[in-house]
Amino acid sequence: MYPIPIIAEALINGLMLGAVYALVAVGLTLIYGVLHIVNFAHGAFLTLSMFGIWLLWEHAGLDPYLSILVLTPVMFGLGYAVQRFIIGPAGHGRDNSILLVTLGISIIIENGLLVVFKSDTRTIATDYGFRVIEIGPLLLSWPRAVGFLVTMATAVVVWLILNRTDAGKAIRAVAKEKLGARLVGIDVNHIYALTFALGSACLAVAAGLLMPVFYVNPQTGGAFVLVAFTIVVLGGMGSVTGALLGGLLIGVVEAASSLFLGDSLGQIGIFLLFILVLLFKPTGLFGARI
Amino acid sequence: MLEIDRLSKRFSGLVAVDDVSMRVSEGSITGLIGPNGAGKTTLFAMTSGFLPVDAGNVRFEGATVTSMPPHDRTRLGMVRTFQIVQPFAGLSVRENIAVGAYLRTPDRVDALAEAETVGNRLGLGPMLDLAASSLTVAGRKRLELARALATRPRLLLLDEVLAGLNPTEIRDILPVIRSIRDDGVTIFMIEHIMQAVMNLCETVYVLNEGKLIAEGAPAIVCSERPVIEAYLGQGAAARLQAEGGQPHA
Amino acid sequence: MSARDLFPILPVLLVLAVLPFLGLSGSLVNLLIFMMIVTLAAQGWNVLGGYGGLASFGHAAFFGTGAYATAILQTRYGINAWAALVAGVALGSLVGAFIGFLTFRSGLKGSYFALITLAFAEVLRILANSSEITGGGAGIVVPIDYGFENLQLRDRRFFVLLAVVCVGLGLVITRWLDRSKFGAYLIAIRENEDAARALGVDVMKVKLGAITLSAALTALSGVLYTQNFLFLDANVAYGPWISIEALFAAIVGGLGTMFGPLIGAVVLLGAGEVTKEFSGGIPGFDLLVFGVILIITVAFAPNGLAGISLKGFRRKKSGDGAGASQDGGADA
Repeated sequence: MYPIPIIAEALINGLMLGAVYALVAVGLTLIYGVLHIVNFAHGAFLTLSMFGIWLLWEHAGLDPYLSILVLTPVMFGLGYAVQRFIIGPAGHGRDNSILLVTLGISIIIENGLLVVFKSDTRTIATDYGFRVIEIGPLLLSWPRAVGFLVTMATAVVVWLILNRTDAGKAIRAVAKEKLGARLVGIDVNHIYALTFALGSACLAVAAGLLMPVFYVNPQTGGAFVLVAFTIVVLGGMGSVTGALLGGLLIGVVEAASSLFLGDSLGQIGIFLLFILVLLFKPTGLFGARI
Repeated sequence: MLEIDRLSKRFSGLVAVDDVSMRVSEGSITGLIGPNGAGKTTLFAMTSGFLPVDAGNVRFEGATVTSMPPHDRTRLGMVRTFQIVQPFAGLSVRENIAVGAYLRTPDRVDALAEAETVGNRLGLGPMLDLAASSLTVAGRKRLELARALATRPRLLLLDEVLAGLNPTEIRDILPVIRSIRDDGVTIFMIEHIMQAVMNLCETVYVLNEGKLIAEGAPAIVCSERPVIEAYLGQGAAARLQAEGGQPHA
Repeated sequence: MSARDLFPILPVLLVLAVLPFLGLSGSLVNLLIFMMIVTLAAQGWNVLGGYGGLASFGHAAFFGTGAYATAILQTRYGINAWAALVAGVALGSLVGAFIGFLTFRSGLKGSYFALITLAFAEVLRILANSSEITGGGAGIVVPIDYGFENLQLRDRRFFVLLAVVCVGLGLVITRWLDRSKFGAYLIAIRENEDAARALGVDVMKVKLGAITLSAALTALSGVLYTQNFLFLDANVAYGPWISIEALFAAIVGGLGTMFGPLIGAVVLLGAGEVTKEFSGGIPGFDLLVFGVILIITVAFAPNGLAGISLKGFRRKKSGDGAGASQDGGADA
């Protein structure tokens, strides 16, 4: 058995990493809640964003946290274009077709990155990467704490966009009642693309928060995609609050299972959780739609 | 033939079907009417096994089938159709009907032959090789009937089989329904179109807000005060009487 | 199903069987073997995903189980390769039935089904990667011991024959789906589950049958993989690559068609080989091309390559005034 402070430290650090998971999941659940599609390319988009952060660091010397400001509009635009010009037209509005199109996109991105960057793993060595905050006997990772705070701030921004802007109101209208929204003159395809853009923009933020403590290679997103889906399902498909809570929970579960089972087996905990939730509680633990 | 015994269903506090009992006798065409949201489709769903009951029993030819899955009920000889017709879009009309026919034969040649016979009988002959998705609404309704008939049922549960048809199409399909009964298939039908109910049914049951409010011969039932009020609003029966008008729904 | 129904299969099998003896180079023979292995996995995928409408992202679970079972039974328990083949297929089917039982009982369909199958495959991959019996991360090597009784053939052209026989089995099974009550029920469920149930179809039983059959074919593909390459690790056996290639081949070739998986596997792997040639073997380039082909297929030819040729065929037929259905009339 580990001493209590080590366990507490691991769990709190897990909680803080979970916050970044939550951000990835918020984007995914937003897209699900409005478009009712499972975006299998979400993980690949995250990988792409992480490479973006890495490129800006490597070639422009830009700090990852600052890069978020550059990358967010880029991912927003890319997300908009991909939904509007690829997924929308190619999916024909059929569940299975859309899923396959997003699978195709994820394979294209993943292997495109492989072609360009090879399979090497890249990291960013910032001077704060290993900085810690001492709270009593606990040593907490500084970049993870930043991740936690920025995630919460981003969640508030997303909430404000959804609830306080005209575009956000249109998004919620489409999520609730697609036909009705169309009847009152809302351009549903535009709103779909906008939502997809917003979900992708969340990934740019998540990538900036992840890079100081994580690494990236073309497969990185693949590991995240099932984690993100687990979170989304746990939180209730389409629920932003659920995704936030689910993300935190998953962070803790992952920290606990890798502490007790070791890193490679640790991942199993997440997949098993995913399977169990889908089998026995597919409406999620926290319910509530956006 | 079919006994519905004190059936109830609640949806999160709302009582959709409340302690309803009915009886469909062999060889009859029995109607189930009532305003929108009266619980007719819920009652049908429980009768055919698509929805679990909260309380009560369903008996078919004396055997209790309350908790029997739908496909087993079909095997016993009671089959339902859907209000919103559900053709197998990727299959031809003939293959659609054959899916029903396979219940009584494992052999493809037999099933396709049976499909052709049933299809011809329902006036689908010229369309047998078309894709089911290419049929008109009237054609799809006939296909829905044909598929159900191909399972060789003894009791047919029809959920608004006339809805969405124009008067000519209704006129054309009424004799088809009657001939099905004349061949020995008992029919229990939800129907909105009163003219058809009057025309076809020997007995009707009237549901309103989940409760059974009347039963009997259609002409008599439709002049009963609760029935008129259920359809036209409270006080309507009195007003009609005061005006000396003969109520017809 | 009559002998006549099997007629179109024969010439295709003959061509495939004769091909390696026409002086193909060693690498082309190897490519042909690999095409047959992927075809078989795709045929399995097609039973469930094409006919049953249940798209799985985790057929690796069945492939890997067949592959590992064969390898482990031979190397650790000294069991004969042919018996191991049977056991591998049986175990793969069992995994299919198990996953099917859990997921269908919960009514999972569409994207949920795709994701949960992926999760099952990943769980198996992680387990295989860290457990002793599978050789862990180092993998497992089946010692070379050539001989028909060991299912190891020194002349690789004969391995092509073996694989072609298996693909032939896949074709016959698919043909049977086109011509049987079970197949009609499976398609009915794909098109409309409630309507099928109302017509007396035991939906759970048919779906379970479909996933078991599907898993069996894909497990057989895994067995062949083991016998051909004589090496396995967790990423090969349970990794996403085979789930993806099986799905790709079935969809690009033509969902729910007899020759779809074969056409798809040949075209995709052929295209992959060509791009590798042109790009100078940059890793990932072939899959990049696959991804583009997948999206184009879904967007413009949802019935795949077989669907395109079928459409042309139908158009010609209806031009002759023979109606639009390709088989309904002929048998009645």
